[in-house]
Amino acid sequence: MTQIGKAISRLEGWQKVTGSAKYAGDYNVPDLLYGYVVNSTITKGHIISIDTSDALALPGVIKVFTHQNRPGLAWFDIMYTDMDAPPGTVFKPLHDNEIKYNGQPVALIVAERFEIAREASALIKIKYEEMHFETRLDRNIEKGRNAKKGLATALKPPPPKPKGDFSLAYDESPFKVATEYRHSTEHHNPMELFATTTVYEGDGKLTIYDKTQGTINSQIYVANIFGLHFKDVRVLAPFVGGGFGSGLRPQYQLFFSVMAALELKRNVRVTLDRKQMYSFGHRPQVIQKLRFAAETNGKLTALSHLALSETSQFEDYAELVAEWSHKLYPANNTLFSYKLVPLDLYTPIDMRAPGGSTALHAIECTMDELAYQLKMDPLELRLKNYAEIDPSTDKPFTSKALKDCYLKAAEKFGWNERNPEPGSMTHGNKLIGYGMATGIWDAYQFPARVEIGVNAEGKLLVNNATTDIGTGTLTVMTQIAADQFGLSLDEVTFGYGDSKKPFSMFQGGSAMTASTGSAIVIAANVLKKKLLDKAKEITNSPLKDAELKDVMFTHGRMYLKNQVEVYVMLTDIVQANKGKTIKTTNLGAPHMFDLRKYSKMTHSAAFVEVEIDKDLKTITVTRAVTAVAAGKIINPKTATSQITGSMVWGISKALYEETILDENLGKYMNMNLGEYHIPVHADIKQLEVIFVEEKDELINELGVKGVGEIGLVAIPAAIANAIFHATGKRINNLPIHFDELL
Amino acid sequence: MENFRQINLLVNKQPYTLAIKPYVSLLDALRDYLDLTGTKKGCDHGQCGACTVLVNGNRVLSCITLAVMKDGAEITTIEGIDHPLQNTFIEHDAFQCGYCTPGQICSAIGMLREGKAHSRAEVAELMSGNLCRCGASMQIIDAIMEVKSGGSNE
Ligand code: FES
Ligand code: FES
Repeated sequence: MTQIGKAISRLEGWQKVTGSAKYAGDYNVPDLLYGYVVNSTITKGHIISIDTSDALALPGVIKVFTHQNRPGLAWFDIMYTDMDAPPGTVFKPLHDNEIKYNGQPVALIVAERFEIAREASALIKIKYEEMHFETRLDRNIEKGRNAKKGLATALKPPPPKPKGDFSLAYDESPFKVATEYRHSTEHHNPMELFATTTVYEGDGKLTIYDKTQGTINSQIYVANIFGLHFKDVRVLAPFVGGGFGSGLRPQYQLFFSVMAALELKRNVRVTLDRKQMYSFGHRPQVIQKLRFAAETNGKLTALSHLALSETSQFEDYAELVAEWSHKLYPANNTLFSYKLVPLDLYTPIDMRAPGGSTALHAIECTMDELAYQLKMDPLELRLKNYAEIDPSTDKPFTSKALKDCYLKAAEKFGWNERNPEPGSMTHGNKLIGYGMATGIWDAYQFPARVEIGVNAEGKLLVNNATTDIGTGTLTVMTQIAADQFGLSLDEVTFGYGDSKKPFSMFQGGSAMTASTGSAIVIAANVLKKKLLDKAKEITNSPLKDAELKDVMFTHGRMYLKNQVEVYVMLTDIVQANKGKTIKTTNLGAPHMFDLRKYSKMTHSAAFVEVEIDKDLKTITVTRAVTAVAAGKIINPKTATSQITGSMVWGISKALYEETILDENLGKYMNMNLGEYHIPVHADIKQLEVIFVEEKDELINELGVKGVGEIGLVAIPAAIANAIFHATGKRINNLPIHFDELL
Repeated sequence: MENFRQINLLVNKQPYTLAIKPYVSLLDALRDYLDLTGTKKGCDHGQCGACTVLVNGNRVLSCITLAVMKDGAEITTIEGIDHPLQNTFIEHDAFQCGYCTPGQICSAIGMLREGKAHSRAEVAELMSGNLCRCGASMQIIDAIMEVKSGGSNE
């Protein structure tokens, strides 16, 4: 094992710094037509009429598609269902004249040039009949109900049943906190605009460059809706300019690009603009009520977490919010609930650390408040309630090095220099605050199939349909594969981002390294056996009596473990196979049966320093340290970036980003990057990451847990707690604006 | 079709003549007419920096620049860049998805040439027009600081 654990720079780096990396909207295929989408300006109601005549009269406009002239499509809802669809009825673009949400796509203009299509969009005249709508969660609390169950519920079960007698225990406990938390809507805003370039190949065949986190998910969606054979639809996504969850479901530019290409029998690209990036899914608003109670010694006696979230009128999007406190802390009395309010908005969609980042903000701020009541150090309170087994299931963890995270990060940060008194630490004209919080995330793994083979040149070829959305997947998978055969990285080619490759789920939930990575190990073991069998067939094979356990691989050789000088070259084995690549395709899947007795979690601890101007109350996160326990780290360089990137997201969630909804219009008001604030370079100071040692021999073949989201979950609470420490003010709504401290 | 203007652009040392409508942005001209798709569109509103190119050596947001305004100008896009920053970006892992990267690199070259940044904080400030949603800010500034303290382009 020499590649795993090495800090390797991204293998596709050169393409990214020279502009040769091609994203979905970068394929300038011949005779390309450009599509521009027109969106509804009302929130709910009906289209009475659409006048497209002026638009059609503009030179260069080829066609305008509306619900009135769209081609006949699959009729049944089920045909529109993608792998990530929540229970309910999938939204069907241009289905009829009904408007379900503001920004709903209502027409597509196709023209010879992008700017002509855009110009034509201003010439479309639509008459609407408006209806009353509800878009405010806080005005519709009484409509809260349980989430409907469906396929997606497997990953998002309802919260656990109550334990003991919460009300009694809460009332009788000497220390208790009851608080309410809210956060605004957020939009993913990957830097890359959603785009699809559809290449019309004829004979019912399409090659599609799509911005997606799941090539096969898009392939199934297109084939089902347009009645095409799966094998005739090829979806490619070799480079994806960020996703953060927004690409987990096929978005409407895919639908429009394919529809127009099939109808016009031409190559068509549809690229959304930044404003349209706010019209297909978001992190939902959530109202959370927490009540935690403790004994005098700090031991928790009662935990309650009630969450109310929004969904659309047509699908029940759910998150895991209410259960996390009890996965961290034991208590004999619990009460959890998660309810949804359907509103006239589009269905929310997973956004980096969905549910967890929402919940941990509330939980870890409540813990901080409780610590202050108890006059106990916040870190000590966590350690006092440290769970060695998962309190919510009474199952042991496959591994849990959270204690190490706490201690290592606290030491690095200098937590013991903290004076607990709010407002007591200053630096010139700045109030200084130290805050900490815990992070937890599920160690997901999905089934994945991997094809692996050795070719005539002795190179290892590995294939899987996964994407690399900036996660480092290409580099990490290449490292994993190389180690299976003792190869250097340039002796391995990992093929990905292509629906023609063997199955992968969408890239989400921090699951890809565990999913595809484990499948590589499994397939490699099968390939080793195949290679040995073939090696034995060579005349006078020096390995003819060898068994799989006796052989090892290094730089193109298979050799006897105890006699290194006895070996066969892999190239000779392939030659004996008439030069044909020797390969196998195998399935890797979570160890469901063995793991059913365990809880599998990733953990983190974050420590944050804020500086707050005494007069202006402007807030700066000057330092943050996150320690992560995520099993084995395949590539410390790309994994560190995953964590620091998530920490930036945590800072953003705590202090910057929010989509503002106008209650009178039922629409978002800041649908651009000037008014939707995210941290700029000057806002990001010092971020430090520690990966603590965590050996996990149960979780999967590699002992990995995933690092895409764990770096985010603890940061918002750590910042809010630091702001309290600096100012004595508890601001429970995110993002925290400086004027709330004035 | 009416309203076409003929313009000349020198892009990455290659001369081009284009017949183009006056409302076509320099960004769309580069991407859709000249097939130089290394320059990215992130907002089309001058708010993200993804479309940054160098015009006569100065960093410019090509999405809020009309192509006809730059008739006769010398333009360098990421495809024409050969600069030590490209290696330090890779070395420092100064990108994840890579979508903002062409803009970051062009902007950094322009920023170093301006010569106004004298500290890490000033570099970060003067690079703040280039957003990175992947959150690679710290690594981007690290990569730029390495080149800056190496003395190149100062
Ligand atoms: S695309 Fe030009 S600044 Fe965003
Ligand atoms: S690297 Fe993805 S936006 Fe900067």
